[in-house]
This record gives sequence, structure tokens and C-alpha cells, in this order.
Amino acid sequence: MINTLFDKVWDAHVVRKIEDGPDVFFIDRHFIHEVTSPVAFLGLENRGVGVMYPKRTFATADHNTPTIDQHLPVKDPLSANQLETLERNAGKYGISHWGLGDKNNGIVHVVGPEHGITLPGSTIVCGDSHTSTHGAFGAIAFGIGTSEVEMVLSTQCIMQPKPKKMRININGKLGKGVGPKDVALFIISKLTTSGATGYFVEYSGEVFEQMSMEGRMTVCNLSIEMGARGGMIAPDDTTYDYLKGREFTPKGEDWEKAMAYWKTLKTDEGAVFDKEFSFDASEIEPMITYGTNPGMGIGISKDIPDAEKVEGGKSTYDKSLQYMGFQEGEAMKKKKIDYVFLGSCTNGRIEDFRAFASIVKGRKKADHVTAWLVPGSHIVEDQIKKEGILDILTDAGFELRQPGCSACLAMNDDKVPAGKYAVSTSNRNFEGRQGPGSRTLLASPLVAAAAAVTGEVTDPRELL
Amino acid sequence: MAYDKFTILKSSAYPLPIENVDTDQIIPARFLKATERKGFGDNLFRDWRYNSDGTPKNDFVLNKEIYGGKILVGGRNFGSGSSREHAAWAVYDFGFRCVISSFFADIFKNNCLNVGVLPVQVSEEFLAEIFDEIEKDPKTEILVDLQKQEVSLLSTGSKESFAINGYKKENMLNGFDDIDYLQNIKEEIIEFANKRPF
Repeated sequence: MINTLFDKVWDAHVVRKIEDGPDVFFIDRHFIHEVTSPVAFLGLENRGVGVMYPKRTFATADHNTPTIDQHLPVKDPLSANQLETLERNAGKYGISHWGLGDKNNGIVHVVGPEHGITLPGSTIVCGDSHTSTHGAFGAIAFGIGTSEVEMVLSTQCIMQPKPKKMRININGKLGKGVGPKDVALFIISKLTTSGATGYFVEYSGEVFEQMSMEGRMTVCNLSIEMGARGGMIAPDDTTYDYLKGREFTPKGEDWEKAMAYWKTLKTDEGAVFDKEFSFDASEIEPMITYGTNPGMGIGISKDIPDAEKVEGGKSTYDKSLQYMGFQEGEAMKKKKIDYVFLGSCTNGRIEDFRAFASIVKGRKKADHVTAWLVPGSHIVEDQIKKEGILDILTDAGFELRQPGCSACLAMNDDKVPAGKYAVSTSNRNFEGRQGPGSRTLLASPLVAAAAAVTGEVTDPRELL
Repeated sequence: MAYDKFTILKSSAYPLPIENVDTDQIIPARFLKATERKGFGDNLFRDWRYNSDGTPKNDFVLNKEIYGGKILVGGRNFGSGSSREHAAWAVYDFGFRCVISSFFADIFKNNCLNVGVLPVQVSEEFLAEIFDEIEKDPKTEILVDLQKQEVSLLSTGSKESFAINGYKKENMLNGFDDIDYLQNIKEEIIEFANKRPF
């Protein structure tokens, strides 16, 4: 039978089909964190049921955690309460928990892959939309709401209609200074924030085949920003090399068995998608957003388009530009910026810090810029130190913070003040996302680094 | 969490004719710190609804006394962004039982169905007509009939049918939720789980 990668993994997890209804869909791995799980645990108590498979469940603290002085008690009492509630619930039900200060702690979508919990052909959910990240391994991974967190805790299943299938092909070779984040922002700018709603996306073509695992995670992470349920990339040697020997990956004979299965996980020749798009890698340049959703992005050398050329209607567009303090037809280059944020589940991995360092090496941070460099996990933090990246950053006048979601959604103290501009490697530029009134320009680590040293929006190709 | 049954809703509506209303606007991240599901309605559209000193913004729709009712009418691609169910809780907690738009973000739509808010997707034309009618008369009434899967404007008599998955429809009509269903097939799930390779 001719099938897509998505079909193969989805169909292998259907416990039961309901007529004119959703599939009962089995979940192999469930990640939980402090924000979207407490009400789900309360629900379990109210129903008088327990956690069905604690060993398939993994808890980490990330959304609320401070990025300095993590050895001290958390100051915000509400954040502290959520973190303690997670720890208590994990302990009560026998779920492994990487709390604040644990050497394995970090952002849920960074630590999952690092420990080999994320495997090809598996299904992964978490009460966080960027769960789509794990699709980089050829898994079906997506975000769920708290009612569904309760469902998975209590039954290891959710009820989901099977999404439609989309394939995005990009062939050719990416230009100098163009990375995975630019590829993702480019695709979203083409498809818009609702262009893939109802679909599950497979990324294929030379660009993704040649991409590192970190890069693939960045691309799949942003799938949700065009409305997709998730994105996935067929596993290959890059995937297996990354996974081999990690703590939770199969070992010995089990590894061989798993590999034999994983090698079947690719879209068959002639398989049909509900929708397909193709782009050429040479079309893509370093990207930057100018508006208040991730679809409002352009090549860094371009001007802000007129309302007629974008989706969303004139009034929505005007509202967006007014919030940002920008005008139609203006250039993004040379715009003065105030903050730089390197981190998040999109760009908080070692490769992102290497990229950032490649630009700042031998240069100095612009005086007026506040830079928050936040690794995605303690393991990334250790790598930064081990590889000498920390020295490069420190010499250039930067400081490294401690891991967590940080200014991506500003649930902790890392908030961009009202009216200030932040070049951010995170995933959303919604109004107030990085703090009430903050103005976010989404970009790659290279663009963020170029902005951090020049104090304005700068094409990183000029500094490479 | 089970919710009230949804059968027929006849109500006036609040109009929010903005596209791509994202979940960060529906409920900003700083209000996600609760560990219980209550009080989210107070912070629904917090930053659009209140000034930073806590005084209401008079020009925001939820603060205008001429509007009322249990229906929220939003622009295209309503609920984009996060999977935070808090957004659907806030909509429900404020008193809405139905959101009408011409297009919904997936996870938000699903979350609404799971918490007892009916997402009704209509055509762009019908959505425009609804906005027009509300502009003409803020008290204009909309009838949402889940059994018939039909939404109508009482002032003009125009109506449109809407799609909903049959299983979800039954759940909403009866106030059931998915966990009730899954708990009943646990043996089947265990048998399935035992065969998973990892």
C-alpha cells in the first residue's frame, strides 16, 4: 500500500475508529509542565482516577522559571506555587520530574530530544503548541489543551480526527547566512498564519535532508505558526546519529529492531497529499518580521509591504503596524532596537548559540542593547561553556542566563518593557507576547546577533 | 470536566471584527499562573479591555453597555497561537457559550468543544452580514441550533448551516466529555499499549 510518512505513524496508533467521530489515538510519550497540568491533575482527583502510564509521562519545569539565581527560592508566589504543584503531582503519581536546579532541567521541547525520549514513529503530546518540535524525528507530535492533558494522564489516549496532509518541498541550496529559522519564517510568510490549519505537514527536499537535527527541530517547532497541527521530517542517518546512545533510546538488540522499523518511515513514491507546495532554496534570504503575527515576515533587505499585498484586511493590518510603530513601505534595515533575546524552544539549542557566537566573535555588544541569552537546557548551557562559546560571548560584553522559556512568553521576570523593540529568536510576535506593550521582531540567531552588536536591524551577511 | 448541555442558544452578540485574534490576546500569559480553573473571565482580552492602570478602555467591545449576550463574533482565523485551554476557559467563564467566525485555529476550536463552547464556522459573506446586523442593532438576536446545525439571524431571517463532527455534537448535546468515553474502553487501550514497541 502506498502511504505517506504521516499515514504510517498515525494509523499505527489508532486504538479504535469511531464512525463520524474522531479516532481513539494512542500516545507513546506525554510531556507535562507546570502551567497546563495543574487543572488536569485536579480533574483526575475529582474523577477519582489515577495516571495510567506514569513511565510514559515526563515532567519538567520551564515556562515560569527564573533565568538568574535559580538556586534561590522563586520570588513570584504564583509561579512558585505552580512549580511546587507540578513537583507534588509528579511525586504523588510516580512521574519522573526535572524540576528547577535538576541537571536535566530545561525547556520541555529541548530536553525531550536531548534524552532520547523523542523517537521516530512515536506519538508525543504536551500541553504546549510547540510540541510540533518533536516531529523533526519523524514522530507525530502536537500540542493539546488541558482537558486533553487530563485525558492522556488518565487513559494514555486522546480523541482526534485525522488531520489532512500537506507536503512542503524545498530543493536547492540555502545561501550564506540563511538558516533553518529563515526557512520556517519564509514558509509562514508565504502560507500565512492560517495557511496550514487542519493539516499535518511533511517537510521534504534537499534543504531538509541536509539540515541538522537542531535545524529540523526549529522548522518543525514553527509549523504551528501557520496553523498546522504539526510538522514532520522523515528519519534518516542524521536522526539516528543524533539519537544513538542517549539515555532513553533503545539499546543493543532493541536498537537494531527499532532501526529496522524506523527505516520504513518515509513517504512512498506516488503517495498523495491533500495539498503540496514547492519552493526553491535560492528564494530565501535572512528573514525578519515587522507585524504582530509570525506570518508578517519579509526578507531583511525588503520593505514592509502595502496592505493590499497581505492577508488579513486593511484594518487588521493598520492596527498591527500601529502597534509596532511602523509604516507601510518602510525598510526594516537600520531600525533601532532595544532588546535581543536568544533562546526558547525555537532557538535555544547549541547550534543557535554557535551561530550567534559566529557573528559576535571579535565584536562588542551595542551599548544601548539589553541582551538575554538563555540556553534551552542545562545540557546546552554546559556545551556553551565546554565549546568556549561562553568566552566569546563574555569577551563581547554579553552574559549567559540560566535555562527556561524566559522572554519567549514572559511568564517569568524577563519582560520587554512597553514600546521597546526586541529582536527575538522565539516563535511569536503577538501583541504583548514578550511583556505588555512590547514590540517583537522575530528573526534567526544570526540576525539577532547582528542586531545585538550594531544596535539596529542589520543583514547578518554583511558581518559574516 | 463535564459542562452544561448545549441545545439551542438564542442570544445577542458581541462583535469583534478583527482577523487573527490570537490566544495571547484572549488571555495574556501572565494570567496563566493559576492552579485551578476559575476566574479567567475577568482577564479575557485583558490588554484590549483595560488600561495598564486597570481602568476599562471605553472603546473596547466588552466594555460597551450596548452589547450583551452569550455569543462572541470574531474575525477570520480566530484563536490562532497557543494551545492554552485557558483561552477557551476565559471565553466560557466570561459567559460565552458560542463563538462565531469564518475560520478557527485548530487547537482553539478543539479546546472550545472540550469545555462547552460551541465554535460555529460560517462563510465570509454570512459573517459580514452578522457584523452588519449587529452594527445596525446591537441587540439583534442570533439563533444557534446545534441539533439542526444551523445558525440564523432573526432580524433578516437569513441562515446558514454549519459543520460539526457527529461524535462531538452528541457530546455537546448531552454534556458528556471524551474522558467518560475513554474510561469505558480501558481494557482495549491496555491491550493496545502492551503491543507498542516503545
